[in-house]
Amino acid sequence: MASQAKTNVIDPLIDNNPITLQVLGICSALAVTTNMMASLIMCIALTTVTAFSGAFISAIRKHIPGNIRIIVQMTIIASLVIIVDQVLKAYAYEASKQLSVFVGLIITNCIVLGRAEAYAMKNPPLLSFLDGLGNGLGYSLILMSVAFFRELLGAGKLFGMTVIPVASEGGWYIPNGLMLLPPSAFFVIGLMIWAIRTWKKEQVEKPDYQIHQVHRTEVL
Amino acid sequence: MEHYLSLFIRSIFVENLALAFFLGMCTFLAVSKKIETALGLGIAVVLVQSITVPANNLIYQYLLKDGALAWAGLPEVDLSFLGLISYIGVIAAMVQILEMAMDKYVPALYNALGIFLPLITVNCAILGGTLFMVERDYNFAESVTYGLGSGFGWALAITAIAGIREKLKYSDVPDGLQGLGITFITAGLMALGFMSFSGIQL
Repeated sequence: MASQAKTNVIDPLIDNNPITLQVLGICSALAVTTNMMASLIMCIALTTVTAFSGAFISAIRKHIPGNIRIIVQMTIIASLVIIVDQVLKAYAYEASKQLSVFVGLIITNCIVLGRAEAYAMKNPPLLSFLDGLGNGLGYSLILMSVAFFRELLGAGKLFGMTVIPVASEGGWYIPNGLMLLPPSAFFVIGLMIWAIRTWKKEQVEKPDYQIHQVHRTEVL
Repeated sequence: MEHYLSLFIRSIFVENLALAFFLGMCTFLAVSKKIETALGLGIAVVLVQSITVPANNLIYQYLLKDGALAWAGLPEVDLSFLGLISYIGVIAAMVQILEMAMDKYVPALYNALGIFLPLITVNCAILGGTLFMVERDYNFAESVTYGLGSGFGWALAITAIAGIREKLKYSDVPDGLQGLGITFITAGLMALGFMSFSGIQL
C-alpha cells in the first residue's frame, strides 16, 4: 500500500509523464506558458482538480451505472472547476483574467478525465487522490519548465522579476520575441520530449517505416 | 453582412482554434496519422461546433447572463457561475442527440464518424469555442458565424497536419524525436505559418 502510494506520485513525473508520454492535457500546456506566474496558478488549479476529482469519483465508483459514467464524471469535474474558478476570481482576479478561458477548459483537460476513467474507476479513494496528485505534478513539471524557458529567453524575466537585463532597458540581452509567441511552445515541448527520450531510451517510439539500408552488393 | 464575413474569415485563419489558441490539441496530435480519419473528425467538429455554440449562446443570453432572467421577473439574478456546468451539459447532450439522429437518418455518415462522435464531448475546441463566444459577448447571429468558422478552421488545421504526417513517415527522424516529438515541431512550424495571417485587419 505504502509503496503503491509512492509509485502513484513519483511515476507520472518522468517515467509516465502525462504530457510527454501519455499525450494528455496539451492544450493548456501550450497556451498559458508565456510567463511563470500564470503557469503556476494553472498548475495549482489543475493539480487540485485532478486530485479531488479522482478521490470523489473513486468514492462513488461502485454506484455509478456504467453507461452514464462519463456524464457523472463530467458533472463532478465541472463542479470542482467552478469552485476553483470562483476562488480565483475572488482572490486572484488579475491572474484569472489573464488565464481567461483556460481555467474553464480544465473540464475538458484530458488528464482529468483520463485519470478518472483509467484509474479512479478501479481503485480506492486515497490511491486515486495520490494518482491524481502525481499526474498533476507531472503536468506541472513540464509546464513550469516550458514557462521557465519562454519567460527567461523571451522577456529576460522569471516570475516577473528581471534576471537578464534586456537591451531596451539598458541591459545587454536582446530578447527573442519568438519565445513569447504561441509556436515557440511547440518547439520547446518538442525539444523537451527529445531530451527526455534520449535519456530514457525505452520511451522512444518505433518508426512506421524502416528505411531500407542499401548494401553495396545490392547495387552491383 | 461585411461584419459577419470578416468574423468568419478571422475565426478560420487569424484566430484558428488549433494553431493560435491550441485548443483540441490532444485529438489534434492523436488522430492525425491518416488524412481520411482526420477529415472525418474535422467534419464532425464542424457539425457539433456549429450547433453547440449558438445553443449555448441562447442559454447564456436568456438564462445565465447578469440580468438575463428579467423576462421571468427576476432582474437581479446572476447565474453566470453556473456557466461551465451548463455548457458542458449542453455539449454532452447535443453530441448524444446528434449521434442518435445520425444513426437513424444518415447511417452512412454515422458509420464513418462513429468512433469520433463521443470523443468530441471532451474536445477542448468545442468548449473553448463556447467560452470565447461568452467572453466576447457575441449575439446570436455572430455566434452562428463564429461556431461555423471556428469549427471549419479546426478541421482545416487537422487535415493539413495529417497530410504532412503522412509524408513525414517516410523521412529519417532522429530516434528521440520519432513520433510525438517531430509532430510537435511540425505543428509549431504550421502555427508559425498561420501567424502570418495575424497582421491582417478585417
